[in-house]
Parts: sequence; C-alpha cells; structure tokens
Amino acid sequence: MNDFSIIGKPIAMIDAAEKTTGAGKYTDDLSVPGMLIGKILHSPYPHARIKRIDTNRAEKYDGVVAVVVGKDAPNPYGILPVGHDEHALALDKVRYVGDNVACVVAVSESIAEKALELIDIEYEVLPAYFDPEESMKAQSDLIHDSKPQNVEKDYHHVFGDPDKGFAEADQIAEARFIANEVTHAAMEPHSTLASFELDPHTGKPGRLTVWSSTQVPYYLQHKLSLVLEMPMSQTRVIKPLVGGGFGGKSEVIPLEIIAAVAARKAKAPVKITYTREEVFWAHRGRPRTIIDLKTGVTSDGRITAVKARVVQDGGAYCSYGVVTILYSGALLGALYDIPNIQYDGYRVLTNKPACGAMRGHGTVNVRFAFESQLDELAAKIGMDPAKIRQSNLLQTPCITVNGLRVQSYGLPECIEKTVERSGWKARKGKLPKGRGLGIACSHYVSGAANSIIRSDMPHSTVNIKIDRDGGVVVYTGASEIGQGSDTMTAQIAAEVLGGSLARVRVIAADTDLTPIDIGSYSSRVTFMAGNATLRAATEVKKLIAAAAARKMGCEIEELIFRDDAIFRKGGTESGASESAQTSRGPDGRGRPSPHGSTESDRLTQSHGAELPTVSGHVEGQILRGSLQQKRKEEGPKNSMTFEEAVVAAIDFHGALTGTGSYAPPPEARGGKHKGAGVGPSPAYSYSAQVAEVSVDEETGEVTVHKVWAAHDCGRALNPVSVEGQIIGSVWMGMGQALTEEMVWKDGMLMNAGLLEYRSPSSVESPAVEPIIVESIDPEGPFGAKECSEGSLAATIPAIANAIFDAVGVRLHESPFTPERVLAALRAKKNAKALNLTEGVDPTSPIRFREHGGSLCFNGKGPERHALDPSRRETPSVAGSAD
Amino acid sequence: MKKELIELRVNGRARELAIEPSALLLDILRNELQLTGSKRGCDDSSCGACTVLVNGVAMMSCTLLAASCEGQEITTVEGVSEHGALAAIQKAYGDWGGAQCGYCTPGFMMTVKSLLAENPNPSEAEVRAALSSNLCRCTGYSQMYEAIRSAIAAEQQGLVAK
Repeated sequence: MNDFSIIGKPIAMIDAAEKTTGAGKYTDDLSVPGMLIGKILHSPYPHARIKRIDTNRAEKYDGVVAVVVGKDAPNPYGILPVGHDEHALALDKVRYVGDNVACVVAVSESIAEKALELIDIEYEVLPAYFDPEESMKAQSDLIHDSKPQNVEKDYHHVFGDPDKGFAEADQIAEARFIANEVTHAAMEPHSTLASFELDPHTGKPGRLTVWSSTQVPYYLQHKLSLVLEMPMSQTRVIKPLVGGGFGGKSEVIPLEIIAAVAARKAKAPVKITYTREEVFWAHRGRPRTIIDLKTGVTSDGRITAVKARVVQDGGAYCSYGVVTILYSGALLGALYDIPNIQYDGYRVLTNKPACGAMRGHGTVNVRFAFESQLDELAAKIGMDPAKIRQSNLLQTPCITVNGLRVQSYGLPECIEKTVERSGWKARKGKLPKGRGLGIACSHYVSGAANSIIRSDMPHSTVNIKIDRDGGVVVYTGASEIGQGSDTMTAQIAAEVLGGSLARVRVIAADTDLTPIDIGSYSSRVTFMAGNATLRAATEVKKLIAAAAARKMGCEIEELIFRDDAIFRKGGTESGASESAQTSRGPDGRGRPSPHGSTESDRLTQSHGAELPTVSGHVEGQILRGSLQQKRKEEGPKNSMTFEEAVVAAIDFHGALTGTGSYAPPPEARGGKHKGAGVGPSPAYSYSAQVAEVSVDEETGEVTVHKVWAAHDCGRALNPVSVEGQIIGSVWMGMGQALTEEMVWKDGMLMNAGLLEYRSPSSVESPAVEPIIVESIDPEGPFGAKECSEGSLAATIPAIANAIFDAVGVRLHESPFTPERVLAALRAKKNAKALNLTEGVDPTSPIRFREHGGSLCFNGKGPERHALDPSRRETPSVAGSAD
Repeated sequence: MKKELIELRVNGRARELAIEPSALLLDILRNELQLTGSKRGCDDSSCGACTVLVNGVAMMSCTLLAASCEGQEITTVEGVSEHGALAAIQKAYGDWGGAQCGYCTPGFMMTVKSLLAENPNPSEAEVRAALSSNLCRCTGYSQMYEAIRSAIAAEQQGLVAK
C-alpha cells in the first residue's frame, strides 16, 4: 500500500473557514469606489424584430449615468468557435423571453430599475418555435438565418454494423424516452463587476479588470477581448469565490460582457447581479431531450447493437449545443462493450433560453433511456438486471468501437460493491408491494481530451514559487467553484514536497497572476490541473533535492521528503515523522467512521498542539544571510528541515520556482470521424447505483429511501470531498428524476423560482451511501480521476428501474411526477387516465392546470402574433411542456 | 423616498443608520454595514441564504424591513465565531464537508444555531425539518447532518474550548 502523508486523508477544504464564517467574498460581495449598478432590460417576446429603441427618456432620468444597447458592442461571440451567434445585447432581433435588450447604469439599483421602464422599444413580433420537432419543420422566420430548419447541428454516426447486430439479437426493445429540461440553479446568482483603469501614458481608459462568478476565467478573458476589441493582455479576469456552477457558469453569460461594455460607456466601475428570475432566464441548463432508442441483446445478455435518435431542444443560441449533442452519442460507448452503434443526433433551435452544459453534460438523458431499456431487456430474457450489466463489461485496456481509449475501469467493482451493500441478491423482488430496488450504471470523462479552442497549448499550467521563508506558493488558473479544486492543488503540492498543508498557499484563477487553465468544466480539474501541479512540484523538488544531497553528502535518490523535512533513507528519522503517521481508520485510509468516533484521525491545520504545524525555525537567518547557517551545518547530516533545504537550494540555484503543464496524450484524443473530438478523455470514471424507492399507488408519489452509490474515482485524494461530490451528484440526479422541471408555456418559463422549480429540500432528500472505488488510473495524478459528475447519470435510471420493480410500470418521461406515475399506473390497469383539469385552459402546462389552470396568463401574457404556432388550434403544437 | 434615522443592534454593537423606510434588512446589512456574509440567493425567502437571527429567532432578511428591526438584537454569520475562533458548528461544517461552494453556508449556520439553541439534542428528523427552510445545491445535505452531530458531540465534550 502506498504510504502518503496527505493524499487520501479526509481534510477540510482550505477555504472552509472563509465559507463558514461568511468572511469569504463572492462577486456580489465586492464593491469598489464609485461603483454603479447595472440593470438589464429583457425581451417580453419569444421571437421579435427590434424596429426601434429609444433610450432618451431613460438617459434623462435623474441618477442614470448611461444606457447601453446592442450597437455599443456589436461583435458576435459564443463559447464555441463554431457558435458565435450571440450578442451582449440584441442587435436586431430577440429570440427568447428574457433575451437581453438594453442595460441601464445608475447610482442605485432602484433608480436603474425605474429607468428600465422608460426605454421605448418597438417590436415586430415573429412566429416562434417552442417544440423542437415542430421547429425542425420551419421554412420561414428562422431563428438564425444561417441555420435552415432551425437545426443547429446534426450528426450521423455508424460504428460497426448495427443492422447485422440487430439481426443477431434474440430480443429487441424500442421506445421513445423524454427527459424534460432542468437547470443548475446554483445558489449564487451570476454577478460581474467590471472596472477600467486610466492609462497614465494616454490618459484614457486602459486596462480592464473583471471580477466574475465564472468557471472559465480564461474563456471569459478571450470573449471580452473579442467583443470589446481589446488585447487579452489588457483584460484581467479575477474569479472570487463562486457559489456553485454545475456548468451554468462554464461559458460566458451575457451579463459578464454587458458589465464591461457598460463600464466603458459609463466611465465608471459597474456591477450587475442577476435576480433569481434572471438566472432562470440565463439558463444554459440541460436541454429537453427526445430519445428514440433501440437495443438488441442475445439470450445470454450480450448487447449486440444500439441505435439512438436524439433530438435536443437547444433554445435560441448555440451555446455548448454542438458539444452536448456529440456527447450524447459518443458516451453511448466506453461504459459497456457495445460492438455496433448507430447514432443520429439533432440539436435544434427553439425560442427559449439557450441550453448549455450541465453536470453530466450530454450523457445524462441518454443514459436514463439506455439503462431503462437495458432493464426492460433483462426482464424479457429473464436475467437479473445486475447480471446483464456484468455480462457486457469491457475488456480493458481497450479502444471502443467509437474510438474512446479506456484504461482504468472500476465498473465491475462498482457493480459488485453496490449489489453487496444494498443486499440486492437477498432483497430484489422480495420487497413488499409498492417498494422496489433498481440498479443502473454510468460513466463520465475526466476532462475532454480536446479543448474547445483548438490549439496545441497545454490544458493546464501551474507555477510554484518557494522563497526563503519556506512558504510554497502555487499559482494555478484552475477555478475553485466549491468542488475543492484549490484544496486538491494544495494537497498534491504538499504531498510531493513532503510539507504540511499549512505551508502551501494557493493563488488561483486570476489571469494576471496565474498561468492559463481552461477552466472548471467536464470534470477536468483534478486530472489535468492536478497533473500540472504534480509536475511543477516535482520540478521544484528536484532543485531542493540537488541542494540537500550536496549538503548531506549523499545521492539525490537517497532522499525522502516528508513531514516538513528531508531525510536520508536509512538514516535515523526524527520524531517528527512519527507524529504525522496518523492512525488509520478501518478502511486503511484514515477516514472517520460515518458516526464520528475518530475525530483525532482527521488532519487538522488550525489548532491543537499535538497536530503537525509548520516546522523549522528560521530565526534571524534571513537577515543575517545564510553564512552562519552554513557553518552550523558543516559536516554531513541525516536530515534537514524543509526550511534549511530551501535556503540551501536558493543559495545554490538562485531562485526556487517550477512549472508544470498538462496536455492529454495523442492516443487519448479519439478517432478521425466528423465530431470525433468530443467524447475522448484521458480517463473515464465509473458508477453503479442501487436505489430503493416506494410508490404510493393512490397518489402516484415516489419516495426515494436510499441510494447506494459506488463511484470509481481512480484514487480518492480527499475522501470527504469525493463522498461529498458523489452524494451531491446523486441528490441532483434525484431532483431531475422526481421533481425538477422547467415548465414552459409559449416560451414563458412558468416556474422561475427556487420553490416553484422544486429543488429538493432536506426533508425530501434520501440517505445516500457513497462507496469509493479506486482503480488507480495509470495517467491520473496519484491515480485520480473524475468524481463530480459521473454519478448523476446513474441515479435517474436507477430510480426508474426501482419504480418498475415496485409497481411494474416503466416510465418513459422524466421527472417521474405523481401525475406521470399515476397515468402509467392507470394505463397498466387499462383504466382511463384521470383528467383532473377538464375545462381548464388546455394550453397551460399540466402541472399548473392541476392547481386551477391558466394562472395569470389568461389574456395577460404577451400578445402573440397571428402566425405564432401556439395560437394554432391543435393542442399538440401548444408548447413542449405537455 | 425620505430617509429615516434608525438604530440597529447588530452582533452586539449599536449602529446608527439613515435608511429608506422600504429598505430591506439584507440590503442594509450587506451594503451599509458591509456584513456581506448574509447572501442573496433568491428574492422571495425561498432559499434561506440570507437567514439571520432576530432576537434569537431565525428570520430571512431578504423579506424583512430593516426599520422593523429597530431595537432588536440581530445576529449575522459574522457574529457566530466567538473570540476569534471558529464555533464548533463552523469547524464541523468544514471537517465533514457540510459546505462545498459555501454560498448557502452562512444561512445554514444561522438556522443550525437557532435549532440548537432551542433543542440542543435534535433527532435526525428534527434536524431535517429545521434545515428544510434553507436550500443547498451542492451537498445533498447528508454531510451537514454528520457535521451537526459532530458539533453537538464536540460541544458536549467541551472539545472546542473558549
């Protein structure tokens, strides 16, 4: 077993105290002298041409400093180079209710809000498209002129021979699955503060500094430079604490650009913070997805072929859409051994807020369909659902039929462990009626092997500086968004250098100070920024080792870095080493038991005399130079403190810095077909989950009692964080499975609030038992891989399969709300579906019809154009929410 | 709107402020007193990120008029850590992963503080019921229960001195 001193120990995140005391600053907590507040005017129409904007009255309102409109920043941008279809503020057309039209900058929020009402806009309302399958038939009034039939992008992939595969199958299942739209709803609303400095040489506005709640400071810097026509070197992006992202902050959100444009026009710093309602409009969540899936298996459970047609309701702009639709197809592979795959994916534009990347990007909805269908097939051939999954494992290492390289593969162990812990074999099928167990698996990338902006640059670079005080400063562009990225960086640097965590300071995500890192998305940080940190620390360690070896009169290979000191192998180690040999928990990783009896096992940096603190005194030595120190140290020794070694190394080398960078190896970058760039990753994480649910057959209500979730994260660098990520993913998956849904009516979001959206509270949340599986990836830092997203995708089908086990109905549409469950139960009994809402506005979303129907939209909503598809009589066209 | 002079007692200190009668307590705390620990996560008391104690009772400051709190004792998250050290619950939330992104954490601190003041040894069901006034999108709440349990144990054993 590897003997690490910091890796694998449960530790509090290095920024935990800032968070629990409220001292930490998020973007909206910042203010600078002279700062103004910006408020954005949003479109009330889903699709309309802007004929005239008159800002005169608003500009004259007392307290208003500037009004910004589209022509103040006409350059288009978008997160993907192929999708530059957005403008900070609409130029000629609005494309969804909530699209950005103008921004008022004023001395206070209330004045800005009042002035918004004084902007006069004349719109010409256009027919709008709300359902992707309708939208694909569009001939005129396209959402973007360059996209015929409103199709953003379509891909058609064939791997192997699917027809032959289906011919070999003994059982084939075919069905349509629908996963409705969900959003991140991170607790922190988006916020941006932008400020220009005056250039001392020209006297004009020069450098721009932007503080923003972003997962991708580097991409933000890039897009700001594009829209503002400023060099990237003149634009500094700083990411303060970020209150959750889940993908919603992984691209440039309009307010980030608008704030900078407004600061330029107002000639003063401007802060814009979205209201919660605006966050829902900004969206970029998981698209409503229609999946027509066909799977064939042999009677012994081998999958012979899979055919999927996927239509995603992408909203009004490209966003990450091209990537999302490719992930949906590419990640059909690399979980199981599937020899033949046919995939047809359509990313369709509609007049709703753009969808983008959300936790489990692209894979979640298709995984729900696939794992549900696999369960169905297991039932058809009379095989245990766990067994059918075990019958289709990959033989790793391998390259899948669609070109994905798989090395470490912990799926077999994940299935084994969840089956064992949940008592699957003894309990499956034997629970009382109305209660059931379901199993499902999933996987995810540890970072994309190909970056969004194609180049040969490393995906992560990390610099380390050590000065004579022995403090280790790590500079990383990786973005801490609550997942523990800074702590992971500190742990790796401390482990390599044999120092305590308190010695390491992490400076992160400030484009002026930190080298480029492409951001926190696609679960790439631990793998890529972790590897870069490992390399940078190893480089510095070499310099220290060279000096220490000289001092100690031994070879570099004989040195051991540990416990803030450097020892010679075989020499007498000081007592310091014993104190850090923390006692280990029953599982060998020094974890606390779930019920908190082993508090003393935890690595603690704050207080307590018996715990390791920064060692080594350097009194006076910096002032008096190291000559005395040198004399004291004459003669070979068996150990040196870290400080002594650092001083020696600086005297010897002049400076003590190191750089490490990471780029995925060429072998991991995928095949050659069109769209092959999305899906490949240097390593994949694996999950298997068992969910236990009960279903109330009277009300259709589903309760999740417990989820056993095994996740192969390569190596758990910090088990507390890994478990937190697994539980958080399962919980978010449960939200999508049972309650969360964006409900639309004619392009209007009906539930733009956290309670109405039904993010689960503590009383609705199940017990989750996280099970860490460590497959030790050959290329991951200390063997680590992804752990923050992969688990989510398995939860939804695990719950769906458990519902089937409980009451024998298979749900094809998520979330599994009481009305959907009840409808399925009544259909099973050949009973007529209950219509609780007869006589109520038939175009209103089902969920709201139940509560009395048409809400405030009985004549009060925006006036719809005569050609608006929602005005047509057939109810099937009336919006996607039904 | 004409401003009024009021006196608020925040974290044991009296502060005199000129505020509009319509000003919300959360805005006054954040913008006038620079106590930015209390967060705005919604605007309609859905999420609980703005929770503060008013005379010991957990209240959502985003829908509370500042003027209505005159003369009452307001405690924000900044008033929880005492004597320059983390309170047991703050330490435990860090150790057990009760905080990830941390945005909802100040609100949870206040809710837990108010819960434990009323009921020093709550059952898990009581903890769940109390926490349901606050939303978190990161943790799935599980690690918070462990943190709370461990903080109660630490308090009882007097492990956290001061």
